[in-house]
Amino acid sequence: MTLLDFARGPALSTALAVFAFGVLWRLVFLVLLPRVRDRSAPRASAPTAFAGMVRGFARHLWPRATFAGSSMFTTVNGYVMHLGLFIVFFGLAQHMLFLRGLFGVQWPNLPSGLISAVAVITLASLGLALGHRLASPVLRLISTFNDYFSWLVTTLPIVTGLLAVSHLWAPYETLLAVHLLSVALLLVWFPFGKLMHAFLVFVTRSQTGVRYSRRGVVT
Amino acid sequence: MAASETIGEELLRRGISRRALLKYGAYLASLMALPPLQARAMADALAAARRQSVIWLSFQECTGCTESLTRSFGPTLEDLIFNMISLDYHETLQAVSGEAAEQARLAAMRENAGKYVLVVDGSVSTRDGGVYSAVAGKTNLQVLEETAAGAMALISVGTCAAFGGIPHAHPNPTGAVPVSAIIKDKPLINISGCPPIPEAMAGTIAYLITFGRLPDLDQLRRPKSFFGDTIHDRCYRRPFYDKGMFAKSFDDEGARKGWCLYELGCKGPVTYNACATLKWNGGTSFPIQSGHGCLGCSEPDFWDKGSFYRPLSATTAHPARTVGAAAATGIAVGALGAALARRAKHRALTGGEKS
Repeated sequence: MTLLDFARGPALSTALAVFAFGVLWRLVFLVLLPRVRDRSAPRASAPTAFAGMVRGFARHLWPRATFAGSSMFTTVNGYVMHLGLFIVFFGLAQHMLFLRGLFGVQWPNLPSGLISAVAVITLASLGLALGHRLASPVLRLISTFNDYFSWLVTTLPIVTGLLAVSHLWAPYETLLAVHLLSVALLLVWFPFGKLMHAFLVFVTRSQTGVRYSRRGVVT
Repeated sequence: MAASETIGEELLRRGISRRALLKYGAYLASLMALPPLQARAMADALAAARRQSVIWLSFQECTGCTESLTRSFGPTLEDLIFNMISLDYHETLQAVSGEAAEQARLAAMRENAGKYVLVVDGSVSTRDGGVYSAVAGKTNLQVLEETAAGAMALISVGTCAAFGGIPHAHPNPTGAVPVSAIIKDKPLINISGCPPIPEAMAGTIAYLITFGRLPDLDQLRRPKSFFGDTIHDRCYRRPFYDKGMFAKSFDDEGARKGWCLYELGCKGPVTYNACATLKWNGGTSFPIQSGHGCLGCSEPDFWDKGSFYRPLSATTAHPARTVGAAAATGIAVGALGAALARRAKHRALTGGEKS
């Protein structure tokens, strides 16, 4: 069995199984956990919980003017990185074929050159995110292995993917295998590290929105 | 042709000029990516060389390799080169048969001990002593070991001889192995492909005769001159790959416009062979030019790498059942964990009283 055979077969199958197990375990556990009832009296002007959830979620999509100076870079860079990851993951034909093989759905792909350009921008954005984290004393203080490793497993597929598409430095079969293995690593780490925020961000921000609106916090 | 006669003398006797031989030398040298000066050296060496004794053994194979090599287009100069080889034993091509054929092989082995080139097509059965493939009462395994002992070098022609090929595919009922798994103490060249390209065969043999040594080989012991690049690297559809323009089916507009066949399962990016440059049938075409993706036939285990029509970036496995089971387990474990947390909370609130 070659490295590519291993990557396309057992490695990805195992990684997908771990991903499915971990994500569902954490989500089901969180949803079914006993909740702490908010015993405070709601403000007279408090909207419904659903309205509070939507408002809170929407309001956190962009920093308030008061915090623009300290949060604007993180916000804009975060959008660039996340949009870039979205475009690269769903826009490249090879990725669509990977998903088609799993779920049987397909859609038109974007031009490879555009994807490569977006991937380079995304990579730069990831680099800036790491640089910002290392440069900020506060961020550096609260950063753990989880933060750095999550950054690494997100960055590796971009780097290896760019190399594979460009056929640089090594034979394509090796580059493709390394790229697929880097994706497998991301899938395995995803549910257990901070990458799980891809699912949990909707839960946490909604929860925050509900609580804030009930108590009349201006968001 | 007398055994003492050189190839040059034989060519002159047949009316083939030195100029034609020089052109052929240049052709072979360019095939093998040799420097221009080597073309003349190759022609001179070929002219001065004596016939190379070749014994060709066919084991577990479909005769496709021989078909490919003998049915190359027209009577070309490489056909003449084959005439210049003393093909002392080849079950499919030789006139004699039965005991006389076996005697021819033994005689060639005796007369050219240590000098003949052994060409093998087909894989070697090893299970149960190799009884699943035998000729004249001897298993392929016995014949190979016996014949290879006195060979100068071995050439494994075709993917079956080079890597086991289709007989080696799962579940491999005959215990088929490549020649390299049996013979480990002789110089060996693999010319893989199902079938291999005729020019790769002719070029490699000519190189052996000319220089008396093996050409540069890759890690799978294939001549780099023919197997140095992937099909994808030399494919005329490559620009469409780079632009992300892929045919979605074999008869859609993209396919008719010659777009890349990656989505249709083409294995060109991971297949090393010269199909895209030398092509087949006198340079007429090759599979991708005919509208079908590369199957990757010159690579080991190409038959067992999932569907020919599954794109390279897709998984070879069908993990639905495994992933489904993992998802169900995740839900169960999550629910169990939450239930335990609820129970613990209830106990804490009720002070440990049983409810």
